[in-house]
Amino acid sequence: MSGSSNLVAMKKIVQQLRFEASINRVKVSQAAADLQQFCMQNALQDPLLTGVSSSTNPFRPQKVCSFL
Amino acid sequence: MGEMEELRKEADNLKDQITEARKVVQDTTLQEAVAGTTLVGRVQLKTRKTLRGHLAKIYAMHWGTDTKLCVSASQDGKLIVWDTLTTNKVNAIPLKSSWVMTCAYAPSGNMVACGGLDNMCSIYNLKGKDGNVKVMRELAAHTGYLSCCRFLSDSEIITSSGDCTCILWDIETGTEKTIFAGHLGDCMSLAVSPDFKMFISGACDFTAKLWDIREATCRQTFSGHESDINAIGFFPNGNAVITGSDDATCKLYDLRADQELITYQDSGIMCGVTSLAPSLSGRLLLAGYDDFNVNIWDMLKAERVGVLAGHDNRVSCIGVSSDGMACCTGSWDSFLKIWN
Repeated sequence: MSGSSNLVAMKKIVQQLRFEASINRVKVSQAAADLQQFCMQNALQDPLLTGVSSSTNPFRPQKVCSFL
Repeated sequence: MGEMEELRKEADNLKDQITEARKVVQDTTLQEAVAGTTLVGRVQLKTRKTLRGHLAKIYAMHWGTDTKLCVSASQDGKLIVWDTLTTNKVNAIPLKSSWVMTCAYAPSGNMVACGGLDNMCSIYNLKGKDGNVKVMRELAAHTGYLSCCRFLSDSEIITSSGDCTCILWDIETGTEKTIFAGHLGDCMSLAVSPDFKMFISGACDFTAKLWDIREATCRQTFSGHESDINAIGFFPNGNAVITGSDDATCKLYDLRADQELITYQDSGIMCGVTSLAPSLSGRLLLAGYDDFNVNIWDMLKAERVGVLAGHDNRVSCIGVSSDGMACCTGSWDSFLKIWN
């Protein structure tokens, strides 16, 4: 009983490996270049990277000083 | 040779084929490719808000989409929806089971979901007619704990479980649309691709798997970690995957090259990674660790460029808001902090 279910499971594993082996792969140089380009293109729009000035920081409302 | 033996041989051959195919496209390394790039300057974020209200360990948090609202889950048995700008609690939802391990905010903002040791994913309607937040659906089919959940829309949600599977649910009918089986260990975390066509899962079998949601297939499997993967996320352009593990490292896997590009590790870091989130441009990787800190990594250069030290216990969850403006950390110390 367990023998045939092991066989079924093993066939599934082999089928999955066949599928994963068949995909097209892009060169690492291309992949790395694309990641780098994305980072560069979006760097200025990344607030955690550029820093947020207190005048544009929604989490840091400007405190108003008034003379009493 | 028996059929089983033949199959085992074929499996080994295929594994070797995959290893070879990956080597063939490895014409360089990420490290070499970015050798001419300058390291990001020191990143110093400050705590802008502390969200106080939970009475026990916080296990999960999730930002709403295009909003400054977020939801958090604690083993005090509550889901709290916070307005992070004012620190006000918009909703405080009591849970049937206090053993919650995950929570999620629907992109529409209409619902939140949570689950844990009850093996179920409970969906709550935030916009009910009488203003009360009620359980809308209880999605039950997993035979293990619910480790993570993420909405695709108001009608579909994906869950990952300690039963080693992930499930795509139809929220309306409360039934399973697709079961994603293949992991050999507890599924600990999942993330949906920016185009909502794929999702990735990280498991206690030390691998991460990329799944095609509509085809219901596993497309790729990534190995390399030496222990459980606790956290997983997509690089913002959807072409790479970041994992965080109990082996104290994070790894970046490229989907199109089908391989690991780099490991984020430091001899001084010896504790597990619990959570991770990339910044908007993907240049920064924020990762929460068991040692109560969040380390900020330059994702291209794989060097630490900052630390967020402010919690008095393990950082269990982290998220960057959809406009990239702030990072939220949740901890076993019962507080959430907003940083930028």
